[in-house]
Amino acid sequence: MNPAPEASTALVDLQQVAMRFGAGAAPGPLTRALRHIGLARPAPLVHAVDGVDLAVQPGEVVGLVGESGCGKSTLGRIAAGLLRPTAGQVLVNGQPLQSLDQAQRLAARLRVQMVFQDPFASLNPRLRVSRIVGEAARWHGLTDAAGEDDYVAAQLRRAGLDPALRHRYPHQFSGGQRQRIGIARALAVQPRMLVCDEAVAALDVSIQAQILNLFMDLRDELGLAYLFISHDLGVVEHLCDRVVVMYLGRVVESAPVAQLFAQPQHPYTRALLAEIPRISERRAQFNAIRGEIPSPIAPPSGCHFHPRCPQAMARCATEVPTLRGIAIHHQSACHLNDGSASPAI
Amino acid sequence: MSGDAMTPTLQVRELQTNFHTRAGLLPVVNQVSFTLGRGKVLGLVGESGSGKSVTGFSIMGLVDAPGRVEGGQVLFQGRDLMQLPERERRSLRGNRIAMIFQDPMATLNPVLRVDVQMVETVLAHSRVSQAQAREQALQALALMGIPSPHERLKAYPHQLSGGMRQRVAIAIALLHGPDLIIADEPTTALDVTIQAQILSEMQKLVRERGTSMIWISHDLSVVAGLADEIAVMYAGRIVEHGTVDQVLDAPQHPYTQGLIASLPSANRRGTRLRQIPGMAPNLLALPSGCAFAPRCSRASTACTAQPEVRLVDQRLLRCFHPGSLTETTA
Repeated sequence: MNPAPEASTALVDLQQVAMRFGAGAAPGPLTRALRHIGLARPAPLVHAVDGVDLAVQPGEVVGLVGESGCGKSTLGRIAAGLLRPTAGQVLVNGQPLQSLDQAQRLAARLRVQMVFQDPFASLNPRLRVSRIVGEAARWHGLTDAAGEDDYVAAQLRRAGLDPALRHRYPHQFSGGQRQRIGIARALAVQPRMLVCDEAVAALDVSIQAQILNLFMDLRDELGLAYLFISHDLGVVEHLCDRVVVMYLGRVVESAPVAQLFAQPQHPYTRALLAEIPRISERRAQFNAIRGEIPSPIAPPSGCHFHPRCPQAMARCATEVPTLRGIAIHHQSACHLNDGSASPAI
Repeated sequence: MSGDAMTPTLQVRELQTNFHTRAGLLPVVNQVSFTLGRGKVLGLVGESGSGKSVTGFSIMGLVDAPGRVEGGQVLFQGRDLMQLPERERRSLRGNRIAMIFQDPMATLNPVLRVDVQMVETVLAHSRVSQAQAREQALQALALMGIPSPHERLKAYPHQLSGGMRQRVAIAIALLHGPDLIIADEPTTALDVTIQAQILSEMQKLVRERGTSMIWISHDLSVVAGLADEIAVMYAGRIVEHGTVDQVLDAPQHPYTQGLIASLPSANRRGTRLRQIPGMAPNLLALPSGCAFAPRCSRASTACTAQPEVRLVDQRLLRCFHPGSLTETTA
């Protein structure tokens, strides 16, 4: 799909974004000397995200899946405005972020909020819940000193917490409750979209169900969009409208959820789906994808997946497959697609 | 050394482990009993704080203050571990009984190379030469499907990926070919692809060597593929214990039913997930009867007494109102 025509309606539209870590400023004379005599090495360059297009429409739930180190969290942080990509463009409301003035940029930032994996690490242990939830709203003028208490109470209620608990500290809550505080904090600035980075991964099954229900309720009530980053494909299948699969910094497949789970095209997606442990499988034969996740410091040439791919061909080692449409709303980056009929769209 | 073929590898009888905290006494493991046959895999399932890990630690004899094992028996190949002097217990630990932890860095020493740690473990329990010990280490790494084991032996733990570290930690646990492995969520922190690799290696091992295993996990779907039996823990007690098929296909305890029903795979896509009302109980203020009663839709006045273990529909159950699900689980 070409992002151009629908770009204006997307909440966040990432175009060919790339993120390289470790490429600092040019080394000074001392560093150069140390490197020369072998006492220092240049920091390795990591291509965490490598030319990714991703747009999230209002009210849409997009799942972002992949193994550790595939760049899904980095991409989420770029979408939330916490990281500035080293290349590519971030469009907010169809306008490039760089072209906005200070006030517009602030407003754009408020529209996308994050919910983190670890509710223990993402809340300041020295602040009361009322301050954690109310501070940003107050600063941005969404409420005033007189109204803050009621405002905070409303946010907590919406996240399923008893407002009477707002004067407590984070350590006085359970893991599930803390995750609700994190959600209330994100909601307090009235975002249009939440980036959830493994937001239910640390929770027990029964608590996970409660938080997932909360996400679905908020979507219905507020029309929130989500970028839902997770390694749990079962959760993604349940919650999302569309799924984007990443491998070593690149998108390898993107499709509506039902289609992706029913007809995965990319060999990596197929392997990933085959490995979800399912409760219906007893004394299962676990068949693993061969090999390790390669290092993003030195990714394999051509298609990054070729060393682990059961269907790799000679050209996979040299030529990077492009992501292109293979059916309506279904894109895949694999040389195998060339053999099939001419691409739709 | 190993008992005759009839003796089960492990029999746990009325195990009681209490934590003595300033706030009061916490019965973390409460009257837990089960039997594990040779070559069998028991999935010990429960949520945070249900006592599943402490059950594992208690069997290993690794409970630290303020916790104390205060009752019950742990018979390993017929011998009561509780009655053994610490020296003899130590000679079993890491040798005949091994434990694998969730975080491999809890096993690995970050400042020693892999070979140093592995050779040390071999020499702790067997009289072999340094070269033989190294050879055993190499074989253990290869057994876990670790590529180029020669090079990995010379690596430090930080030079390995998370999945590789966990495989090294498991290889160390396997060095002496233990009869019993207690695995405490060893794949929880890993990617599905790496998890599948480790599960497949563990499965092969159990089949080929007849090793017995306790697989502690909160993830029912992992346990489903691996275990022969499942024991579900809630607030320190085993509330349901039966074969995998019994427990997962026809759960009788309301808590087990709630757990299974709350999985996304048991619900239609995009619909609200069924959830267990309420929160996990505070062990300091447990209700006098069944700990699950405050969250249970079937609770009655009978539930103010503690339900004893009884045999219902061929599985062990602690519930006054067992019954099949009224709603179907997809």
